[in-house]
Amino acid sequence: MASLNVLVLVCLGYVALLFLVAFAADRLAATGRSTWLRSPLVYTLSLSIYCTAWTFYGAVGYAARSGLEFVTIYVGPTLVMIGWWWGLRKLVRVGRSQRVTSIADLISSRYGKSNTLAICVTILAVISVTPYIALQLQSITLSFSIFAEADPNNSYNEIASVFWVAAGLAVFAILFGTRNLDANERHHGVVTAVAIEAVVKLVALLAVGIFVVWGVAGGVGQTMARIDASEIGQWNIDRGRWATITFLAAAAFVCLPRMFQVMVVENDDERHLRTAAWAFPLYLLLMSLFVVPIAVVGLDLMPEGANPDLFVLTVPLSQGQQGLAMLSFLGGFSSATSMVIVAAMALSTMVSNHIVMPIWLSSRGTGASVSGDVRSIVLLSRRVSIAAIMALGYFYYRLSGGGAALAAIGLIAFAGIAQILPALVGGLFWRGATRTGALAGLTVGFVLWLYTLLLPGIGGEAMPANVMASGPFGLSWLRPQALFGIDGLDPMVHSVMWSLSLNAAAFCVVSLFGFPSPIERLQAAQFVNVFEHSAGPRGWVGSVAQSEDLMIMSQRILGAREAQVFFHAEAQRQGARGYLPEPTPKFLERLERELAGSVGAATAHAMIGQIVGGSSVSVEDLLAVADESAQLLEYSSRLEAKSDELGRTAHQLREANEKLTQISLQKDNFLSQVSHELRTPMTSIRAFSEILRDTEGLEPEEQTRYATIIHDEALRLTRLLDDLLDLSVLENGQVNLNMGEGLLTEVLDRAVSTAMTGASRDMRILRHVSDERIPVHSDLDRLTQVFINLIANARKYCDANTPELSIRVHEVGGKVVVDMVDNGSGIPRDSRKLVFEKFARVSAERAGGAGLGLAICREIMQRLGGDITYLNGHQGAAFRVSFPSGYQLAAQ
Amino acid sequence: MSRRVMLVEDEPNITEAIRFLLIRDGWEVETHADGTDAVEVISSAKPDLVILDVMLPGKSGMEILTDLRARDDLKGLPVLMLTARGQSRDRDMAEKAGVSRFMTKPFSNSEVLTAVRDLHAQATQT
Repeated sequence: MASLNVLVLVCLGYVALLFLVAFAADRLAATGRSTWLRSPLVYTLSLSIYCTAWTFYGAVGYAARSGLEFVTIYVGPTLVMIGWWWGLRKLVRVGRSQRVTSIADLISSRYGKSNTLAICVTILAVISVTPYIALQLQSITLSFSIFAEADPNNSYNEIASVFWVAAGLAVFAILFGTRNLDANERHHGVVTAVAIEAVVKLVALLAVGIFVVWGVAGGVGQTMARIDASEIGQWNIDRGRWATITFLAAAAFVCLPRMFQVMVVENDDERHLRTAAWAFPLYLLLMSLFVVPIAVVGLDLMPEGANPDLFVLTVPLSQGQQGLAMLSFLGGFSSATSMVIVAAMALSTMVSNHIVMPIWLSSRGTGASVSGDVRSIVLLSRRVSIAAIMALGYFYYRLSGGGAALAAIGLIAFAGIAQILPALVGGLFWRGATRTGALAGLTVGFVLWLYTLLLPGIGGEAMPANVMASGPFGLSWLRPQALFGIDGLDPMVHSVMWSLSLNAAAFCVVSLFGFPSPIERLQAAQFVNVFEHSAGPRGWVGSVAQSEDLMIMSQRILGAREAQVFFHAEAQRQGARGYLPEPTPKFLERLERELAGSVGAATAHAMIGQIVGGSSVSVEDLLAVADESAQLLEYSSRLEAKSDELGRTAHQLREANEKLTQISLQKDNFLSQVSHELRTPMTSIRAFSEILRDTEGLEPEEQTRYATIIHDEALRLTRLLDDLLDLSVLENGQVNLNMGEGLLTEVLDRAVSTAMTGASRDMRILRHVSDERIPVHSDLDRLTQVFINLIANARKYCDANTPELSIRVHEVGGKVVVDMVDNGSGIPRDSRKLVFEKFARVSAERAGGAGLGLAICREIMQRLGGDITYLNGHQGAAFRVSFPSGYQLAAQ
Repeated sequence: MSRRVMLVEDEPNITEAIRFLLIRDGWEVETHADGTDAVEVISSAKPDLVILDVMLPGKSGMEILTDLRARDDLKGLPVLMLTARGQSRDRDMAEKAGVSRFMTKPFSNSEVLTAVRDLHAQATQT
């Protein structure tokens, strides 16, 4: 009997061989001389990771327990391969054209790049597949234990061995699954190793079968007789279970992450599917060929209570066939390891791409571009994910105690992963499917699966017995294995029926009532009509026609001359004459770079892709194009904003210039006015002084009169100069206010008496002295000046027969308001604004003033924090003077 | 032959001074202080010479001059213009409008008398 140590050595040797194979295959793939690696045979064999330890060991156990039902596990994938290979072809085409990296990526990509969906699928996959990985670990330790029992130096520790196996597989998966980041997520090393393992497990199972049939049972006839005698041979078919499990196996074959990995992601050429369509069912047939004989003979040979799951090992051992048992062990070991490695790889891609990286990127805040830095982070997160998934499997094994039959765990996993099916198939064939529909279906299916199958399967704390028996909160129609009162069904059938039908129903209903977003619609078209959108698997074939198209396109982008020069140079480089080079990959690459300089990399790629047709334009490409256009738009809008700004600046400058011109004009006018006002009295003075000097014999009265005119005009000049200086001081703000306190009535008294002295015309002043007893804090002299001005104006201009000036005072909101209204005909409406301007004289007649009085008043009132305005709505001229009454002056 | 002068000036003291000078020199002097109807007044009075202020209420001396020159009967009337806004721009404008002589205030009395005599002599010679 082989010692455990020998077994361990054989295992290590076998793993070392796989390492070598994987390493060699990777190297070969890297050098590009890997044609045989890309053969349909390797592809077909890699698909055999469908046959895990569950199939290798478990099928026999399954047959021993439930008769021929195990066949369903093989029938499902066979039906898919033969009857639905066109569907698989579509899946592969979509996967390749969209460059998907996992089933989660595919689903998310189909439904508008929804990462929420990707996370859902990832979580579902991890939860479904973890028990499955645990199952593989269990099978390895079980098989170890068979050899350990027979070993006299029994030092076998089951838990430790599971741990080391898990660790070893994690290392393998990390080494070959994450050696480098391939854009296409292809792993030639792993796939080749898986293919080798497929051969090993097939050979092992066939060898055991042949031994059993010819070595133990004694030939085909004898075996058939034994089978006929056994219960197993009876075709007692539970139709519901058969149909359900066949369907589940078919669904799992498509949806399992590891199957998706080898079937779609690792696919090199979709024509391989044609070979696989017949070769893989053949493989399955061979794998199942001897299951029943082994089970029947095992049941006969082995003692009562022996684990039928291990007949493949124990039957040869019991017959003393050490070598055969060892081969059988290696077969089982191969089944388990290949599954675990590929599953861990596929899951880690999903976990890393959809959960770890988004979190890392968002925690970084800024959008990191794909740099070397990010690549190493991606690899690290993949590796950590693989380790975490293996750890999950290990802990599930420890928790579940490894008791349940292999087949049961496998079926639970199948049912879980099958929840992806509606979203997947709907996504491939139904353009109306929406993201929310997929999300709803997945959620409903997942929850029901969890509640009706996984938790009852785990039992214990996860699903208390009273809930199982009478439903949660005593609601019997919610019993996990008899939902809505449908009782008596097989738990598996029950769960699959409810979860998948409600999943599909939720998916359809929500999809029908929702509207897909634009990107979803775009993706739907890309998926559903993938054969119209993408070229065949041959890759692009260069032709002169394409070169012409490229030339035309390039001329539009680069300009006719530049494009011709570029194409001519390229043609010469290829040794051809003329302007049309062959569209070799190198030429296309250079052209793309050339175009990228003008239209951006993504656009250039999409354009060339469209013409050459090698790779279809994916939504990512279109989005990248949109990004570039958005950038261009942003640039142009920035330019526009800049030009707007310049326009505004120009406008402001123009306005400032106009203002300056206006001010300059005003200054000219002012000087001209001043000149006029000064020259007029001077003219009189000069004329009359010359008359006095030159005229002989002037009458004394005449002399006196002319001297008086000279005197008056001299006074007028002085007044004018005083006013001008006053105004200038006020306008420049250099005035010193002489603040004082007094009663308003005193101020008005002073103003009236000053304004009326020496008046040629009399004017009645109407006052309400009682209202005027308002204390005022202001420059009282300036205030008096304003009132004098107004009263004097009234006196001068009021054209009534008996002129009257009414002075009314009131106080409003801390402001003193003084209204002065005369009973004349007032100031014409269109002149009212002008009266406060310098040199403004409204009436035709001269009244001795230069027209600066009101301008000065306005300046004074502004200095005093008040205002002077023309008061509309009166018959006569009406002015309103207002200023702060109290002690708070405008800070001027 | 007649020596009638029409003086259009709104500043009373200046009007009085010029009037005094011209009467002493033997001229008949009529005065008018408003620009608005100046052209009509001149047209009906038919003086031999006009002394015209520029800044007049109602209508500026420039406009009055332009109107005078636009009329056949007053085209050749000698016009002596006086202005207190001694800017070269005004002189240019006046000359364009067809002024006979342009003087800036304050003027010397003898200059005014000389100008009136010269203009009158020129007008009567032609």
